[in-house]
Amino acid sequence: MHNLCDLTLKEMQSGLHAREFSSRELVEAALQRIERQDPSLHAFLHVSAESALQQADQADRSAPAEVRPLHGIPMAVKDVLTVAGIPATAGSKILQGFVPPYTATAVRRLQQAGAIVIGKTNTDEFAMGSSTENSAYGVTHNPWDLSRVPGGSSGGSAAATAARFVPAALGTDTGGSVRQPASFCGVTGLKPTYGRVSRYGLIAFGSSLDCVGAFGRTAEDVAEVFTLMAGRDPLDATSSDVETPRVELERPDLRGTRIGVPMEYFIKGMQAEVEEKTRAAIAQFEALGAEVHEISLPHTEYALPVYYILAPAEASANLARFDGVRYGPRAPAETLMDVFFKTRGQKFGPEVTRRIMLGTYALSAGYYDAFYGQAQKVRTLIMRDFETAFRAVDLIACPTTPTTAFRIGAHENDPLAMYLEDVFTLPASLAGVPGISFPVGFDGDGLPVGMQLLAPRFREDALLRAAYAYQQATDWHKRKPEMIRSENS
Amino acid sequence: MSLSIQEVEHIARLARLELTDEQKAIYREQLAAILDYVARLQELDTKDVPPVANLSVTHAPLRADEAGSALEREALLANAPQQEDGQFKIPAVFE
Repeated sequence: MHNLCDLTLKEMQSGLHAREFSSRELVEAALQRIERQDPSLHAFLHVSAESALQQADQADRSAPAEVRPLHGIPMAVKDVLTVAGIPATAGSKILQGFVPPYTATAVRRLQQAGAIVIGKTNTDEFAMGSSTENSAYGVTHNPWDLSRVPGGSSGGSAAATAARFVPAALGTDTGGSVRQPASFCGVTGLKPTYGRVSRYGLIAFGSSLDCVGAFGRTAEDVAEVFTLMAGRDPLDATSSDVETPRVELERPDLRGTRIGVPMEYFIKGMQAEVEEKTRAAIAQFEALGAEVHEISLPHTEYALPVYYILAPAEASANLARFDGVRYGPRAPAETLMDVFFKTRGQKFGPEVTRRIMLGTYALSAGYYDAFYGQAQKVRTLIMRDFETAFRAVDLIACPTTPTTAFRIGAHENDPLAMYLEDVFTLPASLAGVPGISFPVGFDGDGLPVGMQLLAPRFREDALLRAAYAYQQATDWHKRKPEMIRSENS
Repeated sequence: MSLSIQEVEHIARLARLELTDEQKAIYREQLAAILDYVARLQELDTKDVPPVANLSVTHAPLRADEAGSALEREALLANAPQQEDGQFKIPAVFE
């Protein structure tokens, strides 16, 4: 039987519009699938079944004149973004029980467009990680192979999209946390330009890097969500007033588009099938009319050390606010100082503690210039690499990750090995340029391989158009994980 | 590079983190490995390179200084571990 959950966001839109089914039917189908399948995936930390059904009924009652673009469509939101009245944990024990009184701008804009938030998805604690294994509430499993991670930190949103619980979901990307899980789960994930989407209501990790992004199964669906949430917000002083382009997808034409392939992104030790599928996809772009050029981004190898100084430094400052005074639990203590030390010592998990320590060290007297100051300068060099490259090409194409999804526990006790998973996504984060990941094949174990396109700042439209053109010519993005195929049969 | 336990304790104190002895030993080792890795940034000559701290295209815009609506006090206090008379409550700071 045809399951409504398998529809794309666009198909849901047109079906709702034509009254082929109701919003209640869509939300019920999503809730049923979550109930049946999420015990084995653990994509959600919180499901708001009752309020989602109420909103669906409300949507179904409203007159057609009120129909908004996402009217009555269920979506999921990563649990680092606030939704008023729904618990927000950031995957951390230090926010256990916190119910935010306000809604993130990105979420509010989607709600105003009619979207129904069906639940909050799992994440590495404070979005720090590449696997969701750092969540204080348990790991999320990859829908393509339950023994593997979905990637991270937005692993819950990626898994929920891949398992077709929801047609689209919000994630956040500080160093790759949308693109890497999109790659591991075989879905399309966009990290917009830094500043393109308001960070208001996003629980801050690295404020010069954090971006709110979107997952969908098609570039077309991601484009819809992106354009609705983008744009200047008075509540975020770093949000940009650069106009959000209408993403024109009809008859995408890649003839004359110059695509650069950076040699630094094909490294020793990467999985052979990842390189092979990425190169095949680049050939497909060429077949679609694009010109392919080899380029160089010479400071690529320094992105990882720069990131692992700057992001922890910013995190150590941002996470100072979690002190057991205004929200979250408080460890029993006699003095105020002990409230701080004990609450933070007991409630932050190991990776968050490690990064706070690392960031505090990099900012401390005597080390500031050598670590933080030097990293800020090398960040300039990485930005210049991209500026130079984008004078010669329109887009950059490369793998999203060096390998497909790894096994749960593979990097236990080796934080550096985990950090290396982000080696291809970090440079774009540091440069603030937008990136998109989408599936371009499967490896011998049946795991999705993702490729990444990068564009100059504020050119998400070019990314979405290219990914859309690729998806018109291929059907990797239509493949379903076995757990869903068997459910429908 | 290597870190002493005293250095680890100093950082933890700055960050207001109470660590067990076992944690201190683990972080001492792991932080040293990460710092070794990031030390490769020293290879680069950045004498004439300006640092970047902020990617915002727009300079922080000014708005009119007008009173607006804010979140309700009750809503904000609802999440506090302890509150009294409309205020956050903490252990006494002074004797």
